[in-house]
Amino acid sequence: MMELNTLTAHNLTELLKKGDISPLDICNSIINRIEKTEKSLAALAHFDKEKALERCGNLSKTAEKGELWGIPIFIKDNICVKDELTTCSSKILKGFKPPYNATVIDKLTGLDAILMGKTNMDEFAFGSSTETSCYGPTRNPWDLERIPGGSSGGSAAAVAGDEAIFALGSDTGGSIRQPAGVCGVVGLKPTYGRVSRYGLIAFASSLDQIGPITKDVEDAAILLKAISGHDEMDSTSADIPVSDYLAGMKKSIKGLKIGVPKEYFIEGMDKEVKNSIKAAIEKLEKLGAVCEDTSLPHTEYAVSVYYLVATAEASSNLARFDGVQYGLRADNIKSMMDMYKKTRKEGFGDEAKRRIILGTFALSSGYYDAYYSKALKVRTLIKTDFDKAFQKFDAIVTPTSPTAAFKIGEKISDPLTMYLSDIFTISANLAGIPGISIPCGFTKNNLPIGLQILGKPFDEETILRIAYNYEQNTDWHKRKPDIK
Amino acid sequence: MTFLYVIARPRLVGAEAISKSMSYEIVIGLEVHLQLNTKSKVFCGCSTNFGSAPNTQTCPVCLGFPGSLPVLNRQALELGAKVAIALNCQIAKEIRFDRKNYFYPDLPKDYQISQFDQPLAQRGILNIITGESEKKIKIRRVHLEEDTGKLFHQKDHSLIDFNRSGMPLLEIVSEPDMNSPEEAYLYLTALKSILEYIDVSDCNMEEGSLRCDANISIRKKGDNALGTKTEIKNMNSFKGVKLALEYESKRQAELLEGGKKIIQETRLYNTEKCVTEPMRSKEEAHDYRYFPEPDLVPFDFEESFLEKIHKGIPELPEPKRNRFIKDYRLSNYDSAVIVSDKDTADYFEKCAGLYGNPKAIANWLTGDVFAYMKENNVLIKDLNLKPEHLSDMLKMIDSGVITGKIAKTLLIEIIATGADPRRLVKEKGLEQISDVSLLEATTSQVIRENPKSAEDFKNGKENAIMFLVGKVMQQTKGRADPNKVNEMLREKLKGVK
Repeated sequence: MMELNTLTAHNLTELLKKGDISPLDICNSIINRIEKTEKSLAALAHFDKEKALERCGNLSKTAEKGELWGIPIFIKDNICVKDELTTCSSKILKGFKPPYNATVIDKLTGLDAILMGKTNMDEFAFGSSTETSCYGPTRNPWDLERIPGGSSGGSAAAVAGDEAIFALGSDTGGSIRQPAGVCGVVGLKPTYGRVSRYGLIAFASSLDQIGPITKDVEDAAILLKAISGHDEMDSTSADIPVSDYLAGMKKSIKGLKIGVPKEYFIEGMDKEVKNSIKAAIEKLEKLGAVCEDTSLPHTEYAVSVYYLVATAEASSNLARFDGVQYGLRADNIKSMMDMYKKTRKEGFGDEAKRRIILGTFALSSGYYDAYYSKALKVRTLIKTDFDKAFQKFDAIVTPTSPTAAFKIGEKISDPLTMYLSDIFTISANLAGIPGISIPCGFTKNNLPIGLQILGKPFDEETILRIAYNYEQNTDWHKRKPDIK
Repeated sequence: MTFLYVIARPRLVGAEAISKSMSYEIVIGLEVHLQLNTKSKVFCGCSTNFGSAPNTQTCPVCLGFPGSLPVLNRQALELGAKVAIALNCQIAKEIRFDRKNYFYPDLPKDYQISQFDQPLAQRGILNIITGESEKKIKIRRVHLEEDTGKLFHQKDHSLIDFNRSGMPLLEIVSEPDMNSPEEAYLYLTALKSILEYIDVSDCNMEEGSLRCDANISIRKKGDNALGTKTEIKNMNSFKGVKLALEYESKRQAELLEGGKKIIQETRLYNTEKCVTEPMRSKEEAHDYRYFPEPDLVPFDFEESFLEKIHKGIPELPEPKRNRFIKDYRLSNYDSAVIVSDKDTADYFEKCAGLYGNPKAIANWLTGDVFAYMKENNVLIKDLNLKPEHLSDMLKMIDSGVITGKIAKTLLIEIIATGADPRRLVKEKGLEQISDVSLLEATTSQVIRENPKSAEDFKNGKENAIMFLVGKVMQQTKGRADPNKVNEMLREKLKGVK
């Protein structure tokens, strides 16, 4: 039997249609792989083999088959699945099983995809390395000593390590694109409002988006289409029609204007990364795109703005984990205040506490104007930078991250250095625009490098088109890690 | 039955007495929380029925479950805008919400979705009538927010009912324009009257659909600066508000007189002891860390939406009162009493359309009818007295079919049976007796049986005749025409010298 777990969703759908394989074959292939590699990768937060098989068996066998019929999918642990553990890789949500599905889950099961399990992540998506998970760190399939990126590190590692066909992640400051970049897979953060956030346990509500992590661009287009669209349950979801990405991306990129912002090629940036991006830009030009230097002048403020806006919202979003209704409640509590304090002290990890404190401070009376309010103003300036650039360009390309995957433990005790991992991805969240990361090379240590393509709001089609054309003319995406 | 209390009867009581004698001025501002009578909650589809079993009207959104998101209920916004228009407020061009952050078990998200620096509406006016003069109370702001759940404290634990969580609340904040507990009371009754007119809330303080907190301070008369204020909570009736404020102003005055300082704090009204007690001081006050609610997108109020709301607002109590004074020539008092309740005003106008003497209608309505309603604790809309029946009864008095005295008992009879008054009069034989031949025997008998009074009258004691008339009325069970009787008695007594 062919190793089905290594294939893409669109490959598998073809085989299923031909009747060469069954959904159970795919499921078994995935389970076999997990049994072999999961000990090394630790990509999954919750996985129950029997349940996955049961779901596979319950699949409708009528003629009316959904577009994702029989394709297994993994879900990041911050997306609610009814009656299944959904813990944000945090001790404070220990045992939490939501009584409802996120909208994206209803959409996927409506298309007959098979829910396999939940992937590991940085606690509440706070991190760029998946080291802050209460379940321990996930490892990069290309080098088990290294981080898989984060916070959707579990999803990226599972896809890169062929434990998953594809997966959902969430991206608040780069949490889909950065792990996809350092794991050598495709990760797409949609425009803010493109995908419903209903059922995504919020980190920073004005920045969060759910998006696909896949093995190639075609799968990203398929999965994006499956989860996109207006949702009455999410007031911030946009009532804008979803394009036919699959058809649109196959058009040539001849004549497309692509901007290359100088602020994304900074001092001290990894030479190998820089060279790979330069080469990718040349490749795009060869394919007919017109690449030109440009400037996004407020880029240098993005990280500061992000760590005020995101932590402020997080401090409020995470208040509800108080021991009253669900999740952890500390033992031996003497009073209401005691319950709050002990539960939150025991339940949250260091990074969560750090961000809650930072955000609480930024919103405090007397500091609000200097921090939160000022940050919102600069956020507008960053957005304006992009608006101006997109008057001239159809898309913008940058590196996804300043470096390839770093070692586990290398930055965990130095939050500020860790925060710089997202320096190239954060602006897209602040501006609300879509971005995709695709493989564009390897370091001499055989670590993947990601190319980020940013687009106009709700123009996922153009970035998919550039990504697809690049991918079809390179073979970085075909390389597979050798997991020992 | 609020309409019984609308008009201020100026009198010097408790707090006012103290403040006057010591020449203090009381300054009061009120915050009213109003539960809007929408079908579903403000940010989810759960029902707003009162009194269901605990936690049966909940969903992930109003339970604040992680991942759930709020969606604004347009009806709540509509009702809020209705209130804003009725209170002559300026309505915000853009609607947006903020998060008010604080930890409490009845607040499932540990933040409340509210409105902070851009409320739904600002700068309104509410007129109150004190005695025969009017006073304008300014409204500072009106904003929309979600209600919390309800805690039930047991011996060693507490229970939470989240049915109330997410109910739409409208907060109406006045300027500190009231200068006595009485004015605060009048403000609340006038506000309630308007709210009932536009049908936005049950306004039931006992069920908690209307709640009121008060800010109160006192200052020496003539001082410009405001004194240190306290906030009073936990008052569960309009009367309670007044009593609490009377107590609190007295307490503050005594502190100042004793050379002590007033501490800025929140105090709870103890309804049993009728005193206010400290709850938390300013130092313990929360920093709510307001910031724009990222889960709800700001949007502009469409003109057409506002126009539609405007059209849905009926004639309000104040213009109606002025119209009643002008068109029906009612007194200020009668007019105010009648319009304070919309059902009563509507009832009055129905009667006025059937019967041409509005003053008589007002007299009967505010007199015998209100007395009956109060005694039997019944509202006018539930009263078994059709406007046609009241009007017919009044017509029968005018045309001499029945006496005014009989009418009083007839009224009770009509309400009890719901029967047509003309039929009742016939069946029960209640017609006025003005036929001389029918009254002949009775008048003679009364003169015979009361020789002393007859003699007195003859000797010039004019009053004695009234006694004899009364006796005849008694004998005829109120049916005799008193004028006719008077005439006949005089004739008879003149004849027998």
